[in-house]
Amino acid sequence: MNGQGSAKTGIPALSVQNLGKRFGDRVAFEGVSFDIGRGEVFGFLGPNGAGKTTTVRTLGTLIAPTSGSATVAGIPLTPANGVEIRRRISIMPESPGLYQRLSVAENLGCFADLYETPDPGDRIDRALRAVNLADRANDACGSLSKGLRQRVALARALLSDPQVLFLDEPTSGLDPVAARDVHELIDELRHSGVTIFLTTHRLEEAERLCDRVAIMNTTLRTIGRPDELRDRLFAKTLTVRTLAPLPDPARVFAGLPAVDGWHPDGHATYVLGVTEPAAAAPAVTRALVAARADVLSISESHHSLEDVYLELINSGEEACLR
Amino acid sequence: MNVSTRRVRAIFRKELREYRRKRSIVAGMAILPLIFLIQPLVVALTLPASASSQLAREHLLLYMLAIPALVPAALAAYAVVGERQQGTLEPVLATPVRREEFLLGKALASFVPSVATAYAVYAMFLACVALFARPAVTPALLRGSDILAQLLFTPLLAAWSIWLGIAISARSSDVRVAQQLGMLANLPSVVVTSLVAFNVIHPSLILAVSGAAVLLFLDRLGWRIVAATFNRERLITGTR
Repeated sequence: MNGQGSAKTGIPALSVQNLGKRFGDRVAFEGVSFDIGRGEVFGFLGPNGAGKTTTVRTLGTLIAPTSGSATVAGIPLTPANGVEIRRRISIMPESPGLYQRLSVAENLGCFADLYETPDPGDRIDRALRAVNLADRANDACGSLSKGLRQRVALARALLSDPQVLFLDEPTSGLDPVAARDVHELIDELRHSGVTIFLTTHRLEEAERLCDRVAIMNTTLRTIGRPDELRDRLFAKTLTVRTLAPLPDPARVFAGLPAVDGWHPDGHATYVLGVTEPAAAAPAVTRALVAARADVLSISESHHSLEDVYLELINSGEEACLR
Repeated sequence: MNVSTRRVRAIFRKELREYRRKRSIVAGMAILPLIFLIQPLVVALTLPASASSQLAREHLLLYMLAIPALVPAALAAYAVVGERQQGTLEPVLATPVRREEFLLGKALASFVPSVATAYAVYAMFLACVALFARPAVTPALLRGSDILAQLLFTPLLAAWSIWLGIAISARSSDVRVAQQLGMLANLPSVVVTSLVAFNVIHPSLILAVSGAAVLLFLDRLGWRIVAATFNRERLITGTR
């Protein structure tokens, strides 16, 4: 599976070719290839143990790949380039990893120095304002709620103005309001040109935020825009509900433009396979009216990213069982 | 390789702030030196004047060299595994910090308070002896050569203890085990200094110079070995 060619803009911010990592006999992930354009929000989805976090750690130079190659923020992923790559990227791990006894500002101050950011005071203020924590700068991190700690971790990740930002489950354990704040921040970062590599279990989050998503389970199962994936995996259908069963549905639905076929789906309900819902729906409506049917509804079927995800993950598991 | 002093300072300052806010660390740093201070102090202050000739053959002050050997051991043993256990190691290692900068910051944060504590305890001992010991005993306890040995060997022993502690910390998965091993690993240093203090090993200038040279060599070797074996991947993933 290769996601090349679909990146948002010219030179990719991340380019990965056949990357893999083994721990002894155990494969963490293998054969992973994709390109991510600058300013793109890229979702990385998969079940627990799929190799998502290991991929992030590998691209973040924390662990060395055992196969393949990559370019991160324009720099080849080699041990010698570790410091230079880490200067240009930022990783927010799933666990915030804050020094509990230090204040928010002290935590950020330490990391501003580790990134050698110029004018650290100003950077810290900006990062705290970005996550709406300016008024909590002097609070000890240990006294903050989980959601606030997550925001501090996000502020920490923003300190260095990274070109590529890796967010590993950034809304894990957050309430809906806090999660929405994080989503808004990701949107703002996207508009400011930051490339975001987002691993998440929240499929609606990925669907809402990501330009493209990759679904991973040790190997890359698919990659593309959420709507592309739906089209690729699921046939388009129209569902017709009438007050009473049609006396001769085959005659009603036969020969309609953009309709490939049909099958009944329960009492007075029919599912029509269509090539183009927008073209098929008016023709189906006219045919039903002509047949004097009492139409209750004609609706286009909607498959969510969750459907795509479950289809791919389950089919992978079945393949493994076979 | 360029070491960034700003990054070393960032780790060092962070560690000191954590020490200040964790009372058990401060208590641990204070209790051990006090224990090592009290015993020689009691001996020094209760000695009769007639004991001065016996005392002249011993080097009670050197017994306190156990302080720079043991105090930094616990701090250094916490340095890496402590960060791992509280989940702060990964974010730090994900920054541009080099392993040498990280280790130097950690080592300095153990070295500076340990050496300062050791010198403060010696100073306290010397002041108590000068003020309260019998006049005949005082010159036998406060010998220039012993004080010089203290000043010289304190940083050397502390540095050795720190590299041992950090090496153990980087290979451990549990803070308590690391601290116990750190203490155990430093017992040979304590035994040697005690044998010198009680005149089992006769101190001499040649012994002092060669001992200092060996420690200096071990300190450099320790730093190189710890830096070379520090492995981000193993620390992050826990793989062997």
